[in-house]
Amino acid sequence: MSESIRIRPPLSDDTVVRLAAGDRVLISGIIYSARDAAHQRLVEQIRENRPLPVELDGQIIYYVGPTPPKPGMPIGAAGPTTSYRMDPYAPILIERGLKGMIGKGLRGDAVIEAMKRHKAVYFAATGGAGALISKTIQRAEVVAYEDLGTEAIRRLEVEAFPAIVVVDAHGNDLYREGRLKYRRG
Amino acid sequence: MDVREIPVAKITEVVRRLCIEANTILGDDAVAALEASLAVEESPVGRDIFRQLLRNAEIARTEGIPLCQDTGVVVVFLEIGQDVHLTGGDLEAAVNEGVRQGYRDGCLRASTLDPLTRKNFGDNTPAVIHTRLVRGDRVKVALAPKGFGSENMSQVALFPPSHGIEGIKKFVVGRVDAAGPNPCPPVVVGVGIGGTMEKAALLSKQSLLRDLGRRHPDPAVARLELELLEDINNLGIGPQGLGGRITALDVHVETYPTHIASIPVAVNLQCHCARHKEAVI
Ligand code: SF4
Repeated sequence: MSESIRIRPPLSDDTVVRLAAGDRVLISGIIYSARDAAHQRLVEQIRENRPLPVELDGQIIYYVGPTPPKPGMPIGAAGPTTSYRMDPYAPILIERGLKGMIGKGLRGDAVIEAMKRHKAVYFAATGGAGALISKTIQRAEVVAYEDLGTEAIRRLEVEAFPAIVVVDAHGNDLYREGRLKYRRG
Repeated sequence: MDVREIPVAKITEVVRRLCIEANTILGDDAVAALEASLAVEESPVGRDIFRQLLRNAEIARTEGIPLCQDTGVVVVFLEIGQDVHLTGGDLEAAVNEGVRQGYRDGCLRASTLDPLTRKNFGDNTPAVIHTRLVRGDRVKVALAPKGFGSENMSQVALFPPSHGIEGIKKFVVGRVDAAGPNPCPPVVVGVGIGGTMEKAALLSKQSLLRDLGRRHPDPAVARLELELLEDINNLGIGPQGLGGRITALDVHVETYPTHIASIPVAVNLQCHCARHKEAVI
């Protein structure tokens, strides 16, 4: 299997268009956590023309609601949550400059269209590998919506966070292609 | 026969311990299933995922970090011996107190909330509790934290008898196909056939408590399990839905007599993070 590609946000369009479905990546630097409730709030703020608590330009959002950290650790288990629940909000964030999303599971057509139009990429992390992934997170700090608890937006400093490009900025979808390759009967 | 007294505080203590163990120690059956899958998976990405999952289980066990951040809604099956007298308080309150303590002390995520206001109760209570009276003077506690990536992909259907076994198979396999990568494959597929709507659902959930690799004692049901497993693995969904040979680690079927006019079928999907622990008091 090919080597992993190392990437570091903010991602430029140039980097994004070169990533292809099936590529394995190791992400280092800053990514932001957000799931259902945080997405709802971000989109409300965009609709009401209010400033956002984090600038999305070139950034990667990780769909995760971690467990509370054990004493002395930055974060608890932190694997991806299922992405389709963020589909109603994702195109609006992509239009606002978001370049990457990390989650697991299928994305809707509207999200993929927005990714193609504005050049963004969808990565999958391994669902259910929460303990393993937590080891790649060096620091975690709540930066918005603290009242949401596990659903608050956290600024995560990661080192060699393992993910795989599932949907690239050209609309190729590894979920579709991978399955066809191994289907029988 | 004497009546055996068990203080409900004992139940609290056991539930607390099982919550922490279930979330951090993957059962030997699940570890063995992941190892066996790694040996046969043809997809390089798929093999990489099996390696990650085995490593994950190792880190979780040795460091006490939850296997998965979705530490679930706690489902508790209680089998209470008829000769037991529970003392010192309310049984369900005792179970919920165990969940509260386990989730607090184990640094586990509180995911339960009011279904309408969406307000989180903050301590992962209440559990979903199923209680059954059985012979004897023991209490068996089986506990399964259920993640909702897979729960959300589950379904119940009530078919006319003309659907037959082929119809049942089509429904079950179709459910796994439609769920694709969402329930964190490789999955364990729990199937309940018969009874009423809620009985089928309950059977499908109960079937997930069985150790992976163990077949149903009825040979006809065992055969159905293996046929379903083969059909599901032919879907090609693979580990994490990225393509591969192993889509399901196992299929468990439980049945119950039903009405002449129906075939109730429930499919309860369980991710590879097949957490369940039990204790007998
Ligand atoms: S489906 Fe299972 S492995 Fe996946 S996130 Fe939920 S609990 Fe974890």
